[in-house]
Amino acid sequence: MAEKTFTITAETGIHARPATQLVNKAGQYESEITLEYNGKSVNLKSIMGVMSLGVGQGSEVTIKAEGPDEEEAIQGLDEIMKQGLSE
Amino acid sequence: MSKNLSGIAASAGIAISKVFRLETPDLTVEKETIENVQEETDRLDAALEKAKGELQVIKEKTKNDLGEEHAEIFSAHLLVLSDPELVDPIRQKVKDDKVNAAFALKEVSDQFVTMFETMDNEYMKERAADIRDVSKRVLAHILGKPMVSLAELNEEVVLVADDLTPSDTAQLNKDFVKGFVTDIGGRTSHSAIMARSMEIPAVVGTKTVTQEAEAGEMVIIDGLEGNVIINPSEAELNEYKQKLEDFQEKKKEWAKLKNELSKSKDGVHVELAANIGTPNDLEGVKNNGAEGIGLYRTEFLYMGRDELPTEEEQFEAYKKVVEDMDGKPVVIRTLDIGGDKELPYLDLPKEMNPFLGFRAIRLCLEKDDIFRTQLRALLRASAFGNLKIMFPMIATLDEFRQAKALLEEEQEKLTKEGTEVSDSIELGIMVEIPSTAVMAPQFAKEVDFFSIGTNDLIQYTMAADRMNEQVSYLYQPYNPAILRLVKMVIDASHAEGKWTGMCGEMAGDETAIPLLLGLGLDEFSMSATSVLPARSQISQITKEEAEKAAEKALQLNTAEEVKQLVEKTFL
Repeated sequence: MAEKTFTITAETGIHARPATQLVNKAGQYESEITLEYNGKSVNLKSIMGVMSLGVGQGSEVTIKAEGPDEEEAIQGLDEIMKQGLSE
Repeated sequence: MSKNLSGIAASAGIAISKVFRLETPDLTVEKETIENVQEETDRLDAALEKAKGELQVIKEKTKNDLGEEHAEIFSAHLLVLSDPELVDPIRQKVKDDKVNAAFALKEVSDQFVTMFETMDNEYMKERAADIRDVSKRVLAHILGKPMVSLAELNEEVVLVADDLTPSDTAQLNKDFVKGFVTDIGGRTSHSAIMARSMEIPAVVGTKTVTQEAEAGEMVIIDGLEGNVIINPSEAELNEYKQKLEDFQEKKKEWAKLKNELSKSKDGVHVELAANIGTPNDLEGVKNNGAEGIGLYRTEFLYMGRDELPTEEEQFEAYKKVVEDMDGKPVVIRTLDIGGDKELPYLDLPKEMNPFLGFRAIRLCLEKDDIFRTQLRALLRASAFGNLKIMFPMIATLDEFRQAKALLEEEQEKLTKEGTEVSDSIELGIMVEIPSTAVMAPQFAKEVDFFSIGTNDLIQYTMAADRMNEQVSYLYQPYNPAILRLVKMVIDASHAEGKWTGMCGEMAGDETAIPLLLGLGLDEFSMSATSVLPARSQISQITKEEAEKAAEKALQLNTAEEVKQLVEKTFL
């Protein structure tokens, strides 16, 4: 399993546009990918799951991937995170 | 028998055609027990695919017609349709409970709608509407009652609807949709703005048209006067056919003026400019021969999204506009949010009197990080054309000085960073608040120009909320009190060798134009489609007679007297 933790710096947290980007990216990988925040874990391939977390600015989130392309998945999602969501 | 309704004239022109009712089909769902799970899941899959196909088309069309940012909402809708958290539970339900797909879909999507609706966040609450919208589309396909698709119209019609949503307007095909009429909405509602920019005649806010008009009935809509006639008589039809012909004739006459300068009969030049909301409006600006942009409302960059636009995004938008205008003046107004224009993601507290509250420059000076980002984008774009900056809702000289200081700080930083910035950016203010009009002589020493925002100036001067129908009689552009304030502002600017423009509805109003010309207004900024009619009107008036009429009007007692004077003299 691969994982990485991020601190969300975007003022509006993870809202529709960044959520759309993350979910689109996650959908490109075979691995099971989850987003964990505040003790809750959701499927990162689900737009509604991600939005239902209500991740705000300053939140700490963890992305976990398990499967054949778990390393690539974390790397790919890391790139999306860096586009304005997290440092 | 013909039926007459009246509403708000939202977009000029006349349409005579058959009624096409735009309505949502009855999507009531009953719980049914099923035998064949496979058949039911196939039905679900087929409906999902059809809905995705439709959304894909809508998304592409929106992207082409209105731009990337307006299309984003449909990307999110598409993702919802492929969301395993939504689709898997529906399949599971069909399989485990042996229920019909329609019922399973309704149950599951309702759970999500409730979940989002109960979240303690305005933005999340709005997402409930998205889910409802998307599941309706799928449900309609499962039930075999697909939503009316405007994209598939193949004959000329007038649309009749309660209101038009963004996804409706995005699909309008001008070849077939000759006009539309709605129950709700006002001159500044989304559908009205769209109608004007697409040049489709429209009447909105009739309250009852959906009750009165049946599909296939003949209907006349008069977007010049705000009248709607259902089942017109022979005589009415002939009258309006003539009116339509006259209007088209006039349009042809106006079109000839497209490349002319705006000059009065005795050769005095005034600038006729257009108001825009996004770079997509530039086409209308060019087609209608505007001599510049007198108001670029930047708030649209901030609206309909869930986060602030970045400096880069703003820079690109401003740069595109000034470059496209090719040296012609472009007045860009800094963020004017608050009042009736909300930004859910800023999470501003609700106010008792939003028009008198924390909005526009007041908000920008307080949240100066947002403001600085915009100023930097504007400064960078200034190197690419004739860009002027104006601040909205200025009430005191202090506010102007503070805003100017922030601008100068950012300018200095950019210069240090080696970024090119124009060294001759004109800096002006909106005059919307009576205190500023009264103090115009002092302001005129420090600003480069004024732009009078009449919609707000009138509501603040008359102390009448322009959203409140019960006091709408006080919205009086021709009231001598307003004319006197306008005169004070223009005179003050001229005394300092500066100029004054106007960017409210009044600037394009045929009754106001002669008076404003007479008062010495230098720039008139209006909806792009009003530019040519205004140019035609001004070419038939001498500045001298306009001055005389304005002088007289200032001495009159009431708005009605002023109106009569203009009608008698010029119209």
